[in-house]
Amino acid sequence: MRYWTAFSTIVIKEVLRFSRIWVQTALPPAITTALYFIIFGTLIGSSLGEIEGLRYVDFIVPGLILMAVISNSYANVVSSFYQAKFQRNVEELLIAPVPPWVVLWGYVAGGVARGVVVGLLVTLVSMIFSDFQVYSIGITLTVFVLTSILFSLAGFINAVFANSFDDIVIIPTFVLTPLTYLGGVFYSIAMLPEFWQKVSLANPVLYMINAFRYGLLGVSDIPVGLAVHIILGFIIFLFFVALYLLKKGVGIKS
Amino acid sequence: MKALRIRNLKKTYAGGVQALRGIDLDVGEGDFFALLGPNGAGKSTTIGVICSLVNKSEGSVEVLGYDQDLAPEAVKSCIGYVPQEFNFNPFEPVGEILINQAGYYGLPRVEARRQAEHCLRQLELWDKREEQARSLSGGMKRRLMIARALVHRPRLLILDEPTAGVDIEIRLSMWEFLRAVNADGTTIILTTHYLEEAENLCRNIAIINDGQIAERTEMSKMLRRLHQQDLIIDVVEPVEALPEIPGYRLKRLDACMLEAEVTAGRDLNGLFEGLLAAGIQVLSMRNKQNRLEQLFLDMVQNHRERSA
Repeated sequence: MRYWTAFSTIVIKEVLRFSRIWVQTALPPAITTALYFIIFGTLIGSSLGEIEGLRYVDFIVPGLILMAVISNSYANVVSSFYQAKFQRNVEELLIAPVPPWVVLWGYVAGGVARGVVVGLLVTLVSMIFSDFQVYSIGITLTVFVLTSILFSLAGFINAVFANSFDDIVIIPTFVLTPLTYLGGVFYSIAMLPEFWQKVSLANPVLYMINAFRYGLLGVSDIPVGLAVHIILGFIIFLFFVALYLLKKGVGIKS
Repeated sequence: MKALRIRNLKKTYAGGVQALRGIDLDVGEGDFFALLGPNGAGKSTTIGVICSLVNKSEGSVEVLGYDQDLAPEAVKSCIGYVPQEFNFNPFEPVGEILINQAGYYGLPRVEARRQAEHCLRQLELWDKREEQARSLSGGMKRRLMIARALVHRPRLLILDEPTAGVDIEIRLSMWEFLRAVNADGTTIILTTHYLEEAENLCRNIAIINDGQIAERTEMSKMLRRLHQQDLIIDVVEPVEALPEIPGYRLKRLDACMLEAEVTAGRDLNGLFEGLLAAGIQVLSMRNKQNRLEQLFLDMVQNHRERSA
């Protein structure tokens, strides 16, 4: 019960934090997505043919939603935990009888909460431009939540190692964004030459976007079972890395 | 039971700096204890280890019978900590800071709110509960940190320079508050650079120097060790010539102000009698230097010489 109270306290704190600054956290992804739909979906997309039997504007819906989920889950945890380090209010948690795994899940749940809020907003925006029907609600929600967990964990690890505000921007800018854009948000890898198709398979984001596209639209370049297993594998790996770092006090204890 | 029991505590930082060189320290339950030392002596490292903010290299820490290695959560539950520097989220409202802290200690939301209200009212911050912490004055921020440390009703309160940078009025009201907290049964460990604060509040004292405990004794015993007190005496009429009073050495600072050196064991009656006999009427008297300050400087100096 005590752990649950501590966990829920961290989650409430995180939700209040990103809610207070909704202009910075919730609004930009909604506007960006609307622009993507107008430019790529409506203006450019109307001159493109169908992809895997879908209108282009429908094809890009899953990728755009998941892109927002990925970047917001990551950004929430990396910025919140780094700020807590920077302002030293992370000490509030370190001195309290909260085990590291509760702290970690608390921050991850905060990241997932922001991912869910932004994901729903972006989905609402998508529905203005596209009239897609959800193919499998179970797979859609599973991939949605697992992806959010995965990138919240990644954000946490980034925050642990970050020593400056630059360090929390470098990974999203130079790693996350390219991986997401090259992960099949705007295209099917079947459209790529064979060599680049194989290279694309090394991109973990490809599996998430395709699994999510399968849940939402029923089409995917990748077997969904494999994609879910890969996501789970990454979650387990990143969870134990993050937990080890937190237990050791890397970046937060002398 | 001991509120704190430290044995052979050592800490070597990654760069090789040996901050603690084997500290042994006991603090009794209910005590108001001063941990003093010059800058870099190891006070903050010691406190950091007790509060689980610094990983120790060697040794053991027990808080109210709980071993830090075997029962870290029980140890943490017993401790309230007020750090030297502000370490709250400045953008969070004051009330939320306390409610969250109570939540981390497992207090359900309703109880956390009640306890936060109690602490904020005690520290006269209730009216500020909705405001962001950054908008508070320096003194209010200090009080906020004390309120936060008390929100889970700790049995051991550790204060690392709690009155640094606050004006004398706030400092005195904080002393009064801390005395009341201690009288309620909370053990308090205080580090401070204001030695009159330690002298006024604490019953026992340890002086840490160069990562070792140089002295650990009762405050009263410590003060009795003072070999000499320098007193400043304000007199009613200007003094032209200093009288010779056996056993006391007098200096004239200005026409109406004298300095008297009184060696240990001598009472002040002889001094007053001598002054009265010379026709000098005393208006007021005070110590030239805080008594503990004198002892502290002597002790640290002696310890350095011995170590060298």
